[in-house]
Amino acid sequence: MTLADLNPGESAKLDEIDTRDPGVIRLMILGMVEDITVSMENIAIGGDPLEVGFFGSSVSLRKEQARHFKVSLVTAGD
Amino acid sequence: MTKNKEVKIPVSGIGIRHKARASIALIGNPNAGKSTLFNRLTGLRQTTANFPGVTVEKHQGTVQLANSALNLVDLPGIYSLDGNSVDERIAVDVTLGRVPGTDRPAGLLVVIDATHIYQGLYLLEQLLELQLPTMVVLTMIDAASAAGISIDYDALQKALGGIPVYPVSNISGHGLDELKDALEHITDITVPSIPASWPELSETAQQLSQQLGAEWQRIDVIQALLQTHPDFTGKLSERLGHDTVAGLRLRLFGGSPPPAAEARQRYQWVKGVIADVQEQAPLYTKLSARLLRWTNKPWPATLLFFAVLLLVFQAVFTWATPMMDIIDSAGSELGGWIVGQLGSNALSSFLADGVIAGVGSVIIFLPQILILFLFIILLEDTGYLARTSFLMDRVMRSVGLSGQSVIPMLSSFACAVPAIMATRVIPDRRDRIATILAAPFMTCSARLPIYALLIAAFVPNQSIGWMNLQGLVLFGLYLLGILGGLGTALLLKSTALKGPKPHFMLALPEFRTPHIQTVAIKLYDRGRIFLKRAGSVIFVVAILVWTLAYFPRMDTSQIPSTTALTAPVGQTDINNAMAAAQMEQSWLGRIGRTIAPVFKPLGWDWRVSSAVVAGFPAREVVVAVMGTMYAVGSDADDQSLSEKLRAARWPDGSIIFTLPMVLGLLVFYAWCLQCAATLATIRRETNSWRWPIFAWTYMTGIGYLGALIIYQAGSLF
Repeated sequence: MTLADLNPGESAKLDEIDTRDPGVIRLMILGMVEDITVSMENIAIGGDPLEVGFFGSSVSLRKEQARHFKVSLVTAGD
Repeated sequence: MTKNKEVKIPVSGIGIRHKARASIALIGNPNAGKSTLFNRLTGLRQTTANFPGVTVEKHQGTVQLANSALNLVDLPGIYSLDGNSVDERIAVDVTLGRVPGTDRPAGLLVVIDATHIYQGLYLLEQLLELQLPTMVVLTMIDAASAAGISIDYDALQKALGGIPVYPVSNISGHGLDELKDALEHITDITVPSIPASWPELSETAQQLSQQLGAEWQRIDVIQALLQTHPDFTGKLSERLGHDTVAGLRLRLFGGSPPPAAEARQRYQWVKGVIADVQEQAPLYTKLSARLLRWTNKPWPATLLFFAVLLLVFQAVFTWATPMMDIIDSAGSELGGWIVGQLGSNALSSFLADGVIAGVGSVIIFLPQILILFLFIILLEDTGYLARTSFLMDRVMRSVGLSGQSVIPMLSSFACAVPAIMATRVIPDRRDRIATILAAPFMTCSARLPIYALLIAAFVPNQSIGWMNLQGLVLFGLYLLGILGGLGTALLLKSTALKGPKPHFMLALPEFRTPHIQTVAIKLYDRGRIFLKRAGSVIFVVAILVWTLAYFPRMDTSQIPSTTALTAPVGQTDINNAMAAAQMEQSWLGRIGRTIAPVFKPLGWDWRVSSAVVAGFPAREVVVAVMGTMYAVGSDADDQSLSEKLRAARWPDGSIIFTLPMVLGLLVFYAWCLQCAATLATIRRETNSWRWPIFAWTYMTGIGYLGALIIYQAGSLF
């Protein structure tokens, strides 16, 4: 499963990142690297863009980039 | 990519006790409270904002300490030294001493938001490779404790290899004195020779820099290895041979793109530090927190966005009215008093109709503009403005841009100049230029005077439900600007500026309570800038226009023959006819009549044409020009400009300001680019004359076309 598949309120660990997309590298510079836990905060109308939270920060990104992050679910949503 | 010319802000108005002995760079993530700290340390007034772009200019000021002084340079907020956007490149180039005419800083004051030390420590570790004396300021400690975060400062300092860490409250200023005491000795600080986050890279780069010679700093080698600086990347391959460098990269980065490898390495270390020094208490869900989450949900958030916009426009029109009435009557009282004292002559006309009427017709809009600014500042400072990027990304995507273009476009509702500068955060050049050309369509504060004048004069002041019709028309004009901008972006992105789909990523700040004092300083600053423009450009144009309208004087013995007089002829009619005749044969009248045929198809007479022509350098003067034109030659009276516009007639007696003509004029103003400052900014930011010339021709063209269609179609009925 990828980051793009998370529902709002769910948390997941980032397992593997495909770094071929330059947009993904920008997200890694913002701190989205392997082994951290992120939570899906919001999904905009129409399913895109997404807002994910980690270490107290909120970052928005598009589904297209989110698909490059393989994740495993940590907690289900509330 | 070109380097932008730095702009030096003169340090004035503060008593300098000591001469600055060293230059210190203030650097940190966006929204880390850097600009507020800069203001507190220097006492310099300066615009700060919660969104990227505003601090893109190089701001500097002197910090007066007990025994010495430092020159503090405020840099744009950045997340890394990779330099992906113009904004980041400027910050990086200044920090690394690569900007000609700017000394390499003697030390770094790194600002880290206590609620976001994750990204803050990443940037800090990169900066430590510069081997400059470095000090850390932890800001937002109140916000951190409110969020249940507690940080062990001593443990943090130890984890950073002894770099001093100073917690400072951005709200109360607590901790500022300790920071100032420590700043006295900032240049004596020694940083660890090998930063802890990625020793392998640091050591390799250190050895290479010694081997390569004095012109190679460690950071230069690092940037060459990471391929984040093309010059050094090329030079390193030349010096060491391509294969050697490729081997080094493979050993260090293991085949990953270098910046990805760097992020993995350093964030791994940062994670460990956070685990050691930070404790986050479990957050209980407060009602306010739940409400905030609700306002982040897509549908409520979108509704809220439009509700906020509507509230702002209603406030701009209703709250400002009492203040505007006071300014209006004060202006005409003063003008009447001057004419009463001096008699009716050139000097009194100059003072009353030129100076007071000209400047007054701009100052009258100050209440509206201050209310608009107040809302924009509040939205910035609560962090709401950045949220709108997230909300609006989909809309922007439909025209080929991303949510990152939203903040410049929203800033453009106040003024296109800072908006165009705020596009520096957009990494792709094509997206950036499309945003630059779309931004001037947004209704800036300079358009408000003409909108306000025409709406007040020609749109009935009546209620439709809880809405006011005048407010609705204004809202419509804002929408027209948005449509013009988005349409332009779509047009450009599907033709001349076609390129790959833009990425969208943005760190969203959380909601914060605005700091009253900071809001007040910003509001004062922006009001002052508006008045300064009113007092210089607009004043000069108003005087020039008065001169053009007052001279040459008409021979009073000559009976006005060019103006058709309608019976019955009274003294007032004769006076008005004389005034009209004077205006008609003045220089401005002659210019207006020469150019009038061009605007005749839009239903404009020579007066409107003259005013529009006079408005090309700065659109806000149009109201001043109309004020001057319609007041010159008449005795000081209590008729307001809007009443005069309603009374204006063609020679055949038909009304000039008909509804189709007024709507056309409004459309012309919504789309036309009448602002020399915007053109100059486009020229500077795109580094070519092509785009400003295109923008001017294109916007004037579609403004004319829009007005033409509306007037011609409207006149059919």
